[in-house]
Amino acid sequence: MISKNSKVLLEVRNLKAAVDGIEILKGVDLTVRAGEVHAIMGINGSGKSTFSKVLTGHPDYTVTGGTALFEGRDLFELEPEQRARAGLFLAFQYPVEIPGVSNSALLRLAYNTLQTERGLEELDPLEFDDLVQEKLKVVEMDPSFLGRSVNEGFSGGEKKRNEILQMAVLEPRLAILDETDSGLDIDALRIVANGVNSLLTPDNAVVMVTHYQRLLNYIVPDYVHVMDGGRIVRTGGKELALELEERGYDWLRVAA
Amino acid sequence: MTGTKAQCFERLLLGNPGNPESGSWLEAIRAAALDTAKALNFPSERHDDWRFTDLSPLFQHDFHPVDSYAGLARADIEAFLIPGSARLVFVDGCFAPELSDLSQAGQGVIVKSLAECLGDKRVEAHFAQHVSFEKDAFSALNTRFFEDGAFVHVSGEAAAPVHILHVATRRDTPSAIYPRSLVVMEANSRATVIEDYVGLGDGINLSNAVTEVVLKEYAQLQHVRVQREAKSAFHIGRCSVAAAQGSVYTSTSLAFGARVSRLALHVTQRGEGAEIHLNGLALIGGRQIADTHTRIDHAAPRGKSVQLHKCIADGAAHAVFSGKIIVHEGATGTDSAQSSRNLLLSGKAHIDTQPQLEIFNDDVSCKHGATVGQIDADALFFLKSRGLTGERARNLLTHAFAAEIIDRIPVPALVESLGRTMLDERMKVSA
Repeated sequence: MISKNSKVLLEVRNLKAAVDGIEILKGVDLTVRAGEVHAIMGINGSGKSTFSKVLTGHPDYTVTGGTALFEGRDLFELEPEQRARAGLFLAFQYPVEIPGVSNSALLRLAYNTLQTERGLEELDPLEFDDLVQEKLKVVEMDPSFLGRSVNEGFSGGEKKRNEILQMAVLEPRLAILDETDSGLDIDALRIVANGVNSLLTPDNAVVMVTHYQRLLNYIVPDYVHVMDGGRIVRTGGKELALELEERGYDWLRVAA
Repeated sequence: MTGTKAQCFERLLLGNPGNPESGSWLEAIRAAALDTAKALNFPSERHDDWRFTDLSPLFQHDFHPVDSYAGLARADIEAFLIPGSARLVFVDGCFAPELSDLSQAGQGVIVKSLAECLGDKRVEAHFAQHVSFEKDAFSALNTRFFEDGAFVHVSGEAAAPVHILHVATRRDTPSAIYPRSLVVMEANSRATVIEDYVGLGDGINLSNAVTEVVLKEYAQLQHVRVQREAKSAFHIGRCSVAAAQGSVYTSTSLAFGARVSRLALHVTQRGEGAEIHLNGLALIGGRQIADTHTRIDHAAPRGKSVQLHKCIADGAAHAVFSGKIIVHEGATGTDSAQSSRNLLLSGKAHIDTQPQLEIFNDDVSCKHGATVGQIDADALFFLKSRGLTGERARNLLTHAFAAEIIDRIPVPALVESLGRTMLDERMKVSA
């Protein structure tokens, strides 16, 4: 939902970043306001996943230029955990398995860390269980998943749903979904998309990073950005995604 | 204080002149043990079994025998108690009947101090028959100088876990303590026995422990061994197990404490179809050294052994694992799997792992593997991205790695208290 008066959550200007000394992002500009849904599309290697990792502070990436403000705060002054506590969330493209840490323990630890950050009371296991049972419905997950180790033995779809469950519990201001649609069958895609849609409010925003248009049939974007060669080369409305589906990416590619 | 290796050994050989009178069968063994100890001396660092383990911090002390112990109150050991267990307590190697509580032992279970049972033929039949002191000075010293020990005899099914609690106190001079245990499982019996070595304060003691375990036909024993002595202590432990036909021996051993610690665990499958499960964890930091040497002898057909050993080393700590599995000529149909998994938490920490298989027949299935890794960077970033500090995330991942072993202890109250103390400890370290 576009409203020009709503608050700016994220403001990225001329962002450049490198991995192993090779510059991947070559000047990215993006403004995300509360209530908006953005899609960043592009071919493999265009820099779209790098962009999500740089914003959340992955240690493999070095910011070499530009700025990123999150609700007015310089993101690059913050550690990854401080960014999370400020309300930034990344749904991982490849969720990690953590044997020995139960899903419920992780969710409660993360939730209570945020509660403390916000000056609110921590929840004990019983109180938290009430909360998490409600959140499970968002992604149609069976309660038995809570007792299992984080993502261990989960199918691809279950792992992606688990990411959205974490989003539901943590209620971020800005969620970046990195290729959340990859590896999902159509039922799982629908469940994940319904989950995300149910979490959207006028106060938060979502940035979807995706290769394919099909996710956008379920989570309808206000803006579609095309990334290529480490820059956003075209911005349009949701019709741009349909055009990409029809014509491919070649017509937008910058000359090498 | 600073002495030499020779002086340290001489001091140990003096022992305790007031060592208790014993039955004649034991006197002969004690005399032989002293002769053997004198002949052997401390192991040399060139000795294959000791080459990874630097004992020099031990040689700097004069360890004195303990002939009397300071009385402790129940409150002093409250933190270590396991509700619902039958408890035998030793303080600095001496039996402490006032701290022991055998009311839970139940029918068919004898839990007594060894000194009380020297006339028992079942003690005489097994004592010093399984841990040989012929090649090991530490075992010889223990056999000569042990003050008292635990005798556990089980027929039938034990109603409660047996908790053998060895408490080392802080004394004015470094002390030599000789814990000794004998566990005899009669045919078809079942029990859980916990050997627990704890330290009060930051005393300097050498706990030189010997344990012998006998499983008769179809007996099942869950044997838990927790070494959580003071970080200034020394702990040298040896345990030998004889497993008869159809028996199931499960060991879960944890090493958290001591400046230098060592456990040599030797299990022999004597009878057909016996199963051996060995779970081990060393979690150390600072300048700690923890050495675990295990050996499994499959000496009868259709035996099974499954071993998982984990080392976690932080600071400048050094962990050693050597796991030998020998499949003897007649031991056809042996099924054995061994895994050594290791976690390095610091660039200065060091882990040596040495799985060894020796197979003397063709009809076997043996697998083994070893890995050494660091905290997974992706898992760490993931946890940070959920708001956890790096320290918290690292602790959680370390705890999860350790929990796989700790959770195998079949005593929930102990699992919980160990998990808690471990986390507290690490939080303190990182604070």
